Amino acid sequence: MSYKIIIIGCSSGGLAATKTLLSGIADDCTIPIILIQHREQKAEVSMDNLLTNMMQRFIKRSIEEAEDKMPLKQNCIYLAPADYHLLVERDCLALSADEPVTYARPSIDVAFDSAARTYGSGVIGVVLTGASKDGADGAASIEKRGGLVIIQDPFTSEKDTLPNAAVASTRAPVVMPLDEIAPYISSLIREGGARLASRANG
Amino acid sequence: MKDSMNTLEDNDEIESIEIDLLLDGIFRRYGYDFRNYASASIRRRIWKFAELEQLGTISAVQEAVLHNSTMMDRFVLSLTVNVTSMFRDPAFFQALRTEVVPILKTYPMIRIWDAGCATGEEAYSMAIVLKEEGIYDKCRIYATDMNEDVLRKAKTGIFPLSHMKEYTDNYIQSGGKNSFSEYYTAKYDYAIINQELRHNILFAQHNLVTDKSFNEFNLVLIRNVLIYFNEDLRTKVLDLLHESIASFGILALGKRESLKFSKYEKAYEELDSAMKLYKRCA
Repeated sequence: MSYKIIIIGCSSGGLAATKTLLSGIADDCTIPIILIQHREQKAEVSMDNLLTNMMQRFIKRSIEEAEDKMPLKQNCIYLAPADYHLLVERDCLALSADEPVTYARPSIDVAFDSAARTYGSGVIGVVLTGASKDGADGAASIEKRGGLVIIQDPFTSEKDTLPNAAVASTRAPVVMPLDEIAPYISSLIREGGARLASRANG
Repeated sequence: MKDSMNTLEDNDEIESIEIDLLLDGIFRRYGYDFRNYASASIRRRIWKFAELEQLGTISAVQEAVLHNSTMMDRFVLSLTVNVTSMFRDPAFFQALRTEVVPILKTYPMIRIWDAGCATGEEAYSMAIVLKEEGIYDKCRIYATDMNEDVLRKAKTGIFPLSHMKEYTDNYIQSGGKNSFSEYYTAKYDYAIINQELRHNILFAQHNLVTDKSFNEFNLVLIRNVLIYFNEDLRTKVLDLLHESIASFGILALGKRESLKFSKYEKAYEELDSAMKLYKRCA
């Protein structure tokens, strides 16, 4: 399986978890990464920059807040901006200012579902700690369209509402402790690359 | 029986055909052109409408809107209305006051276009800023939307009183100089915007997709509108905006929109990159 995109969802308490995950993904895993993290409503622009700047300090690859029609590039991490839904279109990101979904904007469900519809089995969806159920339906949509769903083990999650809801909404997710997720994804991508290379050579 | 055998891929494909047919039908029957709207967004809005009207498929939406023009009116509303608030993104209105107003002050007459004005919250917010900065009287604000229903509402200048708390907070954060309650009169559950803020605003129907440029402006606001268009349509609408902006005129986009990924990147300089204020180079 060759994966095209990694999309991660977590709620406001998820900064430590995203830090562990993002800094653990191997350098040779270059596919675009999209991060949907709930923010306080009404967060100011400066707050958003604060978040990207803060994360940039411990992550090597470039992290930026998504803008409308931003092309998806290798080796880049895109953070969903506050007060918009993020949608994944073919080759670029799109935003929407439509009403919040289950009180959330950005909504993880909306972003996951659009990624699933655009990239089908090329999606790795990662569900981390979260205090609401937003993300569970999106994870189901990714799985239904052939993508892989990885869920942070609810027992090791700071807030287990989202991980539990995602476990319940999916059939065969990979459930593992936080620190195992990045190595697992890295090896999956490496295997996919190796398989493609051997096919090209053979 | 085949129906129950459809896989999810089949259903996604059928849905995408249904959306194409629906939008094509609407264009041919009513002239509204939604065919180049951003696909993921419009798909969500169509389904939202379907659920509201209790229609089970997009084909059912097609039948309903083609045969019933009242249904079509409701469909247009649900597809195009963007909910907004007064002084949405207070930091933007602060930048408008501190960075744009000093430029506007140098002109004897100021023409402003608020494109996609919906129910008028942004136009009235701008009027308040211009008033406080002493230049409202030499401004003409053309506030346009494709949708006549929302324009009717905008013209009344009436908003639910319950929103005023939020608007007041936004106003204060944006650097407002007075007490926000001076700008409206409360009546029952409603707030009516003062007449003096309304007389230089002209609300008019204009469709960015099918209509042409109609004047030349010193300032054009089009915030969170282009996000609903696909790449081709955005380019087309940017052409229209560029035609409508005077030399050294200012273009204001939404907080997370940008000229960066468009052919006009070089034609404008960034006046405020965070607030997405652009100034046309000559």
